Amino acid sequence: MAIIIDENTKVIVQGITGREGSLRSRYMKNYGTKVVAGTSPGRGGEEVDGIPVYNTVKEAVRAQGAVDMSVTFIPGPGLKTAVLEAIDAGVKYIVAPVERVPLHDIMEMVSVASKSGVMIIGPGSIGIMSPGKAVAGWLGGNVQWANKLFQPGPIGVLSRSGGESGTVPWVLKNGGFGVSTAIHTGTEPILGVSFADLLLLFEKDEQTLAVAAFGEIGGSQEEEAAEVIKAGKVTKPFIIYIAGTAAPEGQRFSHASAIVERGRGSVQSKVKALREAGAYPVETPKEIVPTLKKLLKL
Amino acid sequence: MKIHEFQAKALLSQYGIPVPRGRVASTPAEAKEIATELGAKVVIKAQVYAGGRGKAGGIKIVNSPEEAEMAASELIGTRLVTHQTGPEGVPVSKVLVEEASDVERELYLSILVDGANRLPFMMASEAGGMEIEEVVQASPEKISKAYIDPAVAFQPYQGRKLAYGMNLSGKQVGEATQLMASLYNLFIAKDCSLAEINPLVTTADGRLVALDAKLNFDDNALFRHKDIQELQDKEQEEPLEVQARELGINNYVKMEGDIGCMVNGAGLAMALNDLISGCGGSAANFLDIGTVNNIDRVVNSFRMFVADSRVKAVLVNIFGGMARVDVIARGIVKAYQQLDIRFPVVIRLAGTNVAEGKRILAQSGISFIEAKDFYDGAHKAVETARGIIS
Repeated sequence: MAIIIDENTKVIVQGITGREGSLRSRYMKNYGTKVVAGTSPGRGGEEVDGIPVYNTVKEAVRAQGAVDMSVTFIPGPGLKTAVLEAIDAGVKYIVAPVERVPLHDIMEMVSVASKSGVMIIGPGSIGIMSPGKAVAGWLGGNVQWANKLFQPGPIGVLSRSGGESGTVPWVLKNGGFGVSTAIHTGTEPILGVSFADLLLLFEKDEQTLAVAAFGEIGGSQEEEAAEVIKAGKVTKPFIIYIAGTAAPEGQRFSHASAIVERGRGSVQSKVKALREAGAYPVETPKEIVPTLKKLLKL
Repeated sequence: MKIHEFQAKALLSQYGIPVPRGRVASTPAEAKEIATELGAKVVIKAQVYAGGRGKAGGIKIVNSPEEAEMAASELIGTRLVTHQTGPEGVPVSKVLVEEASDVERELYLSILVDGANRLPFMMASEAGGMEIEEVVQASPEKISKAYIDPAVAFQPYQGRKLAYGMNLSGKQVGEATQLMASLYNLFIAKDCSLAEINPLVTTADGRLVALDAKLNFDDNALFRHKDIQELQDKEQEEPLEVQARELGINNYVKMEGDIGCMVNGAGLAMALNDLISGCGGSAANFLDIGTVNNIDRVVNSFRMFVADSRVKAVLVNIFGGMARVDVIARGIVKAYQQLDIRFPVVIRLAGTNVAEGKRILAQSGISFIEAKDFYDGAHKAVETARGIIS
């Protein structure tokens, strides 16, 4: 099972001829992802590592049949139009790894996506991986490192931090657990998909027995997750570490999503909401495995 | 990015929103001249990025051009300390000289972005002129909101709802709706992250006027607004943060402690700051070098630590498959060669090419303290800063 992506998911890469696009396409393909095409205006007819390149997403779809997912290696200023192009061509999942996307552009693309039944992961998401099956984006970094950090198993993983998205899979692996699907939700203040949305998908996934997360101060993803748990829509155990206890209020860190303003979004408010909802906040990533073992009675 | 009140008002005015007559002055003589032009009672307002100016003595009401000159001389060239600044305050180099308005009611109007609903929303209240957070806490029934779908844009019916929410009536309802549409147009056209008019006042002769205004802009969209970029006043910002930006380090935040930190990834940096606090220490900064593997960025990070006289120890923590450890190690060695590094450095490296990175550090002969993991790194940095180990 796993969620959103597996070995059968047909993936295209927008911006495949760029430095990041070509590098990460090679990684995805080597890991096992079904990368069927790439796009780059003016470069149609070329190939990148044996992957055919088309001028537009529509052309790629005409030649390769419907695709499920697009990974957009397009710089922030051009992301909106790339996402709208993919939606127009019928793509249902978009992974947007780029950071520094204009806020108003994100709100527009998310508005269009939600009306079209499309999920945007990111912007600023380093990707999604169902270990042993497929990866979209650059989660894991390279095949060797990905195999070192991620092994298949029954735990869904969510991360608000890109750099730290390997931490939870790594502590899980050391504790004898594997991952069903791991997702980095992105770095921007507005995101297409949240912890709460993804928890609902993990709830329905047979492979997933529990979900472990790396949260952060700022924003309201953790509080929203607490709401869906409290409402009884998520019954699988949710264990979460939240980084940023020491951050002063009102401080903006490198990604804009980590802002603590006047009590909202603080670690304390998040922990309180989660605990009251029946989730399991932990104080360090090290406590994730013992908590899981207790909850899953292993 | 922030701008001054006088700049925000110029933009509002450009979009058709009424503001009081007035101009900005850089000297007391200029303030006197503007006050003479305006006649009668004027308000002198210190131009700083921080809020809370009124309570801090940054706003003065005067009755003559001579008093205006005097008030301006008491503000220009000083530093204003408000509840939003540090104890060192922010410099005042300009004052806004405006006609005093005959205020009847003080209202509140803003456009903000809601991350959870992924939409902008307009918020209005009959309780203006105070901090809106207090109104939200104390009397939430006095707040009305309208979410705006950017694909549909602001609609007049939403304006009417908010205007009635502010207890307006008669022709002021239509005028307020028009004003809100103008504010939304400005918000969209200039890629604002916040547009706030507090207070929006009704005057004795029935007009609506923006008495104070705050506009913040999305840094990620500044590339398409050269006019806004030019408004930036670096004097109002933390000097170390300005220096970091000039060195190409966008992810630097000054903090209160004495341990310089260099980390790849914001989450890791935050987790590290937590751990340092947990060990009884305190970070001097937050610095995320990102996942770009760039030797100069490493050297420039060290340049920041050298520039910060508070730094007693430095902790470098690199982890993950995206970071090339050998490149980071070369950067550290280059920093030692180019800079006068007098503080102890604790280094924890894990990631791609880690063996090569460790070899580079060992062969360079530089002196540093090696940490075996994240936890060990934080402990050693705190102990080093206290002089327990060296």
